[in-house]
Amino acid sequence: MLGILIQQTFNALTIGAIYALIALGYTMVYGVLRMINFAHGEMFMLGAYAAFLALTLFVGDIGGVGALALTLVFAVAVVGVGLVGVGIERLAYRPLRNSNRLAPMLSSLGVSLSLVTGVQIMAGPQPVAFPSFFPATRIGILGGTVTLVQIGILVAAFVLMAALYVLVNRSRAGIIVRAVSENRSTAQLLGINVNLAISLVFFFGPLLGAAGGILYASYYGIMTPTMGAVVGLKAFTAAILGGIGSIPGAMLGAFILAFVEVAGTALLPVLSGGLLGTEYRDVLAFVILILVLLVRPAGILGEPVSEESMVYKREF
Amino acid sequence: MSSVDTSVQMRMRGGRLLSLLILATAVALIIVTPFLPNYYVRVANGLLIYILLGIGLNIVIGYAGLLDLGFVAFYAVGAYTYALLASPQFDLHLPFLLIVVIAAAVGAITGILLGLPVLKMRGDYLAIVTLGFGEIIRIVINNLDWLTGGPKGIARLDKASIAGIELARPTEIYWLLIVVVFAVAIFVWRMEKSILGKAWAAIREDQDAARGIGINTTNAKLAAFATSATIGSIAGVIFAASQRFVSPDSFALQESVLIVLMIVIGGIGNILGIVIGAAILILLPEVLREFAEWRILFLGLLMIVLIIVRPAGIVPRTFGPEKLIRGLFGK
Repeated sequence: MLGILIQQTFNALTIGAIYALIALGYTMVYGVLRMINFAHGEMFMLGAYAAFLALTLFVGDIGGVGALALTLVFAVAVVGVGLVGVGIERLAYRPLRNSNRLAPMLSSLGVSLSLVTGVQIMAGPQPVAFPSFFPATRIGILGGTVTLVQIGILVAAFVLMAALYVLVNRSRAGIIVRAVSENRSTAQLLGINVNLAISLVFFFGPLLGAAGGILYASYYGIMTPTMGAVVGLKAFTAAILGGIGSIPGAMLGAFILAFVEVAGTALLPVLSGGLLGTEYRDVLAFVILILVLLVRPAGILGEPVSEESMVYKREF
Repeated sequence: MSSVDTSVQMRMRGGRLLSLLILATAVALIIVTPFLPNYYVRVANGLLIYILLGIGLNIVIGYAGLLDLGFVAFYAVGAYTYALLASPQFDLHLPFLLIVVIAAAVGAITGILLGLPVLKMRGDYLAIVTLGFGEIIRIVINNLDWLTGGPKGIARLDKASIAGIELARPTEIYWLLIVVVFAVAIFVWRMEKSILGKAWAAIREDQDAARGIGINTTNAKLAAFATSATIGSIAGVIFAASQRFVSPDSFALQESVLIVLMIVIGGIGNILGIVIGAAILILLPEVLREFAEWRILFLGLLMIVLIIVRPAGIVPRTFGPEKLIRGLFGK
């Protein structure tokens, strides 16, 4: 029993860490632009494909490759996707910065559609086997089995999140991003380069999302052009659960969602007497989302939002 | 003085010419289409169903200003209502018109059930929750095998028939759709001009101000959701009756996005715009069939470009049906 508990805890932690990486991108973009970036799930997908591409281009066969080479491949892929994110913001969102609030969201739907089909055209619509970045060694802990892949994912995700935390709270770049999140027009009046802050967010958000994509593909050993949709939606749920705009909130929400999902997958068939199978796991995430929005729309760590931002003003 | 008069007259004459041209083309297309080979009639039927869906969703997005990304759920509700009540699945074979009424009611109830919890939400949250709702419905349909047949769907649906006249061939479905689309379009257009439509416009422009002048925003939004869901559900019934087969594949998230795209590209809040948007999004892929996936990539990019250069869509909101009619009679 303890063994199963430990094993399930690790499962939840692994998934939670991946959700957290993606949720951070949603929450940071929402912080500075107050927009839902529907194309963010595609950054997650692009990460996996970019890593696969970098791997085949620079390394070839994954067998017998050192950890350093893999780290380099990882870095090249996530930085590449980060730059793609900056480019997308520049082309598809910046011209709409002063239009109504719906326009950038619709534009991001267009970006999402284009990216998914673009990858489908170039890499084919079929799932591709993804080589694991970590050895598949199994470790027994108190009767439960934990794979090295899971531990590697946890370590990588926590290193990235710690780095982001330091960046946001201790660096100059972090200060301008926080200032713009707090109040864009005041930040601009104070002489802060708003465009730079937004570009920074659109670099680090997709970068973390791409890292999540590589870890996810490593974990399940597979990638598809459409993998971003459902995972992206769940990460978004996590961001709302924790309080959108709040960075610690996104991480907290991701782990809560992951634990609920793992527990739900294990318990749903038992509790409902076999009526509801594990395939309802995805429904669970959305039900949580709706409940959170009803009970506490600002999320666990989010600040209450003003009524003023609730309405789409102007013609759209 | 006189120069002003002539310029007004000239603009009116230009308007009349344009209206006449548009109406004549529309009438000609409607009359000619059923005489074309079956393939074209089928494409036209698909187009008409999407126009119907667009008119329905436009009530929520274009009139009330609420971004609903799960509209396809109502479409699925309608299609499965028909599939369950007119197929060997439970050996029920209710008449077509009765099912339309039932589906409309079920659609309205689903719309209100979804609307009740979410309508207090902020605009962007609403988008994501409706999206989640659409996915929930699809997942449930996919897994509720005993009821919906799961991923295999339900086949061998009854042929639609009204007053003993069977509606099964593409041309018959076509005329049914033409009648329904016109009826719904006129109904919705009049609704937009009614006091409820004004309330929707007020909510769209400024919710707080709308509440301030005494509009019950919750009820008005619920009415928008219910009407839109009813239309989506009816479109689903006709879709199921024309395909005589339903499966969860037809109700993926992309369908919702496609309908939103139609509205945005054509012209938000304008029935004529939806027709144009639907024509572009449904006919273009047919024309570009040989380019396979490239056409979807093209549509995605087109969407981004159009939102940037023409945020209000191809047909402006002011160029509505009344403009056409007024142009025609020179008033």
